[in-house]
Amino acid sequence: MCGLCGALGGDNHWSTHIEDPEQAHHERRRARAYRARLINRVLGPQRLAIEDFQASSFVLATATGKREIVEDLGGVWRQAEQLSGRELDPLDAAFLASLG
Amino acid sequence: MSDTTALLPVHVISGFLGSGKTTLLKSVLDSEAFGDSAVLINEFGDVGLDDRLLGEIAEDAVLLASGCVCCTIRGELSDALRRLLSQRQNGEIPAFQRIVLETTGLADPGPIASTITADPVLRHHLRPGTNLTLVDAVNAIDSRQHHPVWEAQVAVADKLVISKTDLVDTARIERVHDLLNAINPAAQRLGREALDQPSDTLFASGPHLERFTRARVKTWLGPWREPAGPETHGHLGDVHSFRLAFDGELDWTCFGLWLSMLLNRHGNDIMRVKGVLHVRDDHRPVVLHGVQHTIHPPEHVEAWPDDDRRSELIFITRGITARRVADSLVAFMSAVSDHPCPRISHA
Repeated sequence: MCGLCGALGGDNHWSTHIEDPEQAHHERRRARAYRARLINRVLGPQRLAIEDFQASSFVLATATGKREIVEDLGGVWRQAEQLSGRELDPLDAAFLASLG
Repeated sequence: MSDTTALLPVHVISGFLGSGKTTLLKSVLDSEAFGDSAVLINEFGDVGLDDRLLGEIAEDAVLLASGCVCCTIRGELSDALRRLLSQRQNGEIPAFQRIVLETTGLADPGPIASTITADPVLRHHLRPGTNLTLVDAVNAIDSRQHHPVWEAQVAVADKLVISKTDLVDTARIERVHDLLNAINPAAQRLGREALDQPSDTLFASGPHLERFTRARVKTWLGPWREPAGPETHGHLGDVHSFRLAFDGELDWTCFGLWLSMLLNRHGNDIMRVKGVLHVRDDHRPVVLHGVQHTIHPPEHVEAWPDDDRRSELIFITRGITARRVADSLVAFMSAVSDHPCPRISHA
């Protein structure tokens, strides 16, 4: 599964692969909501946010209202970098400090 | 979770120029154990030497003529694999049970896995198999110094075979072992018999090949999981291999965000990551395995092998130290997760 192009909320991204496909619908929704909430914690300092879009993809939005649909985790980070004009580098001390 | 065991594996034989890849491939194809294999050969340059050698033993071998198996010919690799599958389905060739791909000696085999898993057709029929890398005992030290791709070939290996050991003395072989330990100590080391008489277990490795049993958890991470393992942190020039150990449950969702961000920005320098994880609210261990940008579908193991439930992650990187990775993960999880960050140590 490609770390750059797997589907964020679907079955194809490696990060969702260990979730039990038999688990209850509400549990999957809860897991998806938790994932989105954590992504927003990361993107918030960049003045970006994502919203769930019909439980199939996400909408990434800037504070000025620009919106892009993204379907995978790689897409989130790449698109967020483009919209913010900054690298989202987890090895960068300044980026980590921005998380609070 | 999809059943990856129903997919046909694509095994990769890698190794620098002259390391004996074609010799091994001939032995493999001569073996009854591998009679139901399809072969892909990645040719480089104008002189089809390997083609001539293999033409004697595998008439239906497919040659990839454009050069390195890497990003530049991913399309051709995908096309060749699709053709093989189509021919198999139409009964034009025997129903092979595996594909063996021999790369050119100048290829970084890392992108092969992502070629398979990113292709919308191939990923429903094929899965990345075992990466087997040959290391030439005569030239290994020189090759490593002058050709960075040599390190990449060693780093992605599930199994390492040292060839031409009969041409060097014991001290040289020890130096080569030390070199390999510094780069990829977790890879299984095979002896010369693997070249002469490859057994049906030659490609039997990797979490993507079979469901893990308890016993395999203990061996898969190599000597690091053993009580009396060797030095756990290798550092060779720009290449770092190290282990992170986690004391406590891991928030899988948060970890997934962190790792996907790390790969998004540094995937080319994360040559290898593999590990066994104790995931929060999950009583079964999770096995993780990735090469560069590609993370294979994580697998559940049926149960922990013993009372030791610490998570372990092994990294092989280019230019990224253990401390940077560990500090990053701790800072990220502490800031982002709803749950306490496990205590993370590195060695």
